[in-house]
Amino acid sequence: MTAYVEHLKPFLRKTPFHERIEPLMTGNQWMRWAGHYSPAVFESVQSEYMTIRNGASVYDVSPLIKYRITGRQAAEYVNHLITRDLARIKPMQAFYTSWCQDDGMLVEEGTIFRFGENDFLLNAAKDQLHWLEQVAYGFDVHIEDISYDLAGLSLQGPQSRDVLRALGINGIDHLPRFGIIELELNGHWLRIDRAGFTGDLGYEIWVKPEDALWLWDRLFEVGRNHKIAPIGSHALEIARIEAGFILIDADYSGALHALRPSNRMSPYELGIGWTVNLNKQGYFVGKRALKKEKEHGLSRHVLTGIEIEGRKSAPSSFLYADHPGKHELGLTTSAVWSPTLKKNIAYARVPTAYAKPGTQMWIEIWYGKEHKIERSMVRCWAANRMFYDPPRKSA
Amino acid sequence: MTLQNQTDVIVIGAGHNGLVTAAYLAKAGLKVTVVEAAPQIGGAAVTREFVPGYKVSGVAHLLHGLHPTITRDLDLARHGLDLKAQRVATRSLLPGGQSFDTGSIASISRIDAEAYPGVMARLTRVADALAAYALHTPPRPDAMKMPWQDKLNLGKFAWGLRRLGKKDMLELTRILTMNVNDLANDYFESEAVKGLLCLEGVLGLALGPRSPSTVFNLLYRLSSLGAHGQGGFLLPKGGMGSVAQALGNAARAAGVLIRTGAAVDHILIENDQAAGVVLSTGEEIRAPRVVSNADPQRTALQLIGPRNLDAMFVTRIRHMRMNGCAAKIHLALDSLPDALANASGRVVVAPRPDDIERAYDCAKYGRVSDRPALEMTIPSLSDPSLAPAGKHVASMVAQYCPYKLRDTSVNEARKQIGERSLAMLEEVAPGVKQRVTAMEVLTPHDLERQFGMTGGQWHHGEITLDQVLFLRPAGQAQEYRMPVPGVYLCGAGAHPGGNISGAPGYNAAREILKDARAQKRVVGAA
Repeated sequence: MTAYVEHLKPFLRKTPFHERIEPLMTGNQWMRWAGHYSPAVFESVQSEYMTIRNGASVYDVSPLIKYRITGRQAAEYVNHLITRDLARIKPMQAFYTSWCQDDGMLVEEGTIFRFGENDFLLNAAKDQLHWLEQVAYGFDVHIEDISYDLAGLSLQGPQSRDVLRALGINGIDHLPRFGIIELELNGHWLRIDRAGFTGDLGYEIWVKPEDALWLWDRLFEVGRNHKIAPIGSHALEIARIEAGFILIDADYSGALHALRPSNRMSPYELGIGWTVNLNKQGYFVGKRALKKEKEHGLSRHVLTGIEIEGRKSAPSSFLYADHPGKHELGLTTSAVWSPTLKKNIAYARVPTAYAKPGTQMWIEIWYGKEHKIERSMVRCWAANRMFYDPPRKSA
Repeated sequence: MTLQNQTDVIVIGAGHNGLVTAAYLAKAGLKVTVVEAAPQIGGAAVTREFVPGYKVSGVAHLLHGLHPTITRDLDLARHGLDLKAQRVATRSLLPGGQSFDTGSIASISRIDAEAYPGVMARLTRVADALAAYALHTPPRPDAMKMPWQDKLNLGKFAWGLRRLGKKDMLELTRILTMNVNDLANDYFESEAVKGLLCLEGVLGLALGPRSPSTVFNLLYRLSSLGAHGQGGFLLPKGGMGSVAQALGNAARAAGVLIRTGAAVDHILIENDQAAGVVLSTGEEIRAPRVVSNADPQRTALQLIGPRNLDAMFVTRIRHMRMNGCAAKIHLALDSLPDALANASGRVVVAPRPDDIERAYDCAKYGRVSDRPALEMTIPSLSDPSLAPAGKHVASMVAQYCPYKLRDTSVNEARKQIGERSLAMLEEVAPGVKQRVTAMEVLTPHDLERQFGMTGGQWHHGEITLDQVLFLRPAGQAQEYRMPVPGVYLCGAGAHPGGNISGAPGYNAAREILKDARAQKRVVGAA
């Protein structure tokens, strides 16, 4: 999904870590992320991926769009905005949730952090202050885009905790998944939450932008013995597909940015219906539509995981119910060869009836081979999208 | 919970539409309670004694849209509505003592006098064809999901338009989205006749004669002049309150319980379903269906509340144009100057389209018009009981007095529109000023506060093409049903719209009964 952005470079913003990242980008393989320079690949996708699964990977998440939500009725507002029940998280906890438009179509999914009873941070991939303000009518709430006030690194991998221990973070051993701690280290303010996009043990570390380089230097200093290495988005892409995470613009179009209304998808259709709590107290945006979709089975399709025969990766490939390919079912979105699982995996949009794990379908894969285009029609099977789920993720 | 506080349907607001809905529902066998905040029923259909001995229609002052089907169904004549012999003609007063009514246009322009009857007949004809949809639920944008009755109605409507003939059809499609100033230029040559037509096109709108959609507003007004209204402008005997009284009597006779002085704080919603209302006193009245006669903004944003609604719907309702722009002025007069005494009840002061446009220019920038356009009725001419013997009472609509003021306080605006309207009137009817013994001015802010109309918009939302049919009040709530199950809208904010017509109330009752019957079937089957 990389968009190489030579011509955009004059307009791109540099993250607070840019000064450290830039010299390491020997291949100069940048991509654009929310108007920032973001590394696609440092040197090798494979070795960066292996760092995620075996060492401690460092990924610059500063470009994330960050909305701070405060005010007397912030909690009521957030509960009206999101589909999950906010009562599930206490201050200094976070959770993953969806938020939808009136007709139940997904605006975005992401993590919301709760720091106090009425103090929240919503991390989003797309600008949506207008939407958040629209939902805020009638609530005593203040929403602020604080994207440039925080710099963040995602530290992911089995050795990430060791790195933080070495950094001198007391209590890191007791930080549960989706827990948040804030502390002072050598006079620098630090916020650490245990979340990430890799499905592995991992943390996100947030500092003030002026402390970014200090954090980078300290991490690489103490992490030397823990296989610490910076990664780009290509390596992260493999890990996130293995972990079952969906990505906006890859697996779905956000409702606010979809080109056509029919491009939008509901949480049920994306296989994240578990983030919709129809029984939580009070109304939330899209509830009536989502309830109707669930009760009447109105989902048009569902995004399921599939395991594919052979080793040919299958992005944007068509699925069929039969080998001749007469009965079309749907199409894959994200696809990758999983180096850890040694499996050919993908996400596919298929009718609900075909999403039951183990259901056999056929998939048509086109690939280049020695100046020719080859086609193969192979079997695939529906599977739980969370292909890779190591115990250490939540241990 | 006492049995008293449990009913089948609660209607919020005893405006004329609320009473129509209540009466129809009660006639169909439902137990209906109407709760009204004011001490009297009627809403904007009210007779108001603004100084001792002088009575006037408080908001709406001309009756033309009351649908004959409703007067017949509810037998309003038996319940005290007297509509005989109170038809008024319109006289336009011009500066310099000239004036004309529809019979004497020749004194202004021979050409216009010849054109006028034909033009008005054609406009009324096409408006009448449109009015055929007044008592139907508007067609859905999604035709596939339309019930067969609605499809049939749409077909009949289309046939009705087709039957207009090629010439009228073509003219209708040409003028529908136009501005009334261009239309007047197409048809007439004299500024005075054009001015009269333009005033009819902008009454009730925060728009000037050169704004698009003003022809539609004109057609909406004219739609009651055929078979779907009263066929002309009437001044009801006893003021507009008499219409409300007749409707109230009809509703009570059908078994409706009407409680005045009972302001609703909010609609009670339990498990995402209407459960009743909570009064400002804290008292709860329970019912599975709640019908709001309040305007869409008040209904959605206050009575239901944004927390029970989806965000885009709330935005749609918030953005509904509800800019009141007309002030209501009531005059107590010792006697009438000649210019007014010779009129037959309705007088307009809008000498040229440009005068109205300039009046609107002020309002556009948040100011009271320097020289307002006026529509005045003198009900005491036909009904002397409204004023002490030998005295008169007049009711004026003065445009424009915008709700959205800039650098002018409401008090200043009230003073300005009063003074300036009187000055305008003095120009065309010399001597009127010294005969005024008392004056009451209701700005849009006053109308909002006293009659509960958001923005002081007397149609519960301007009648423009983007706010009618299935877009009234919003695409997602076009069939009298609000998004919360069991909550309905029956006022002018629903199709077809404002005027004392009863049509929204009639349509709402039909849709509510549809739901009630469907539910009965389900319960019966279970």
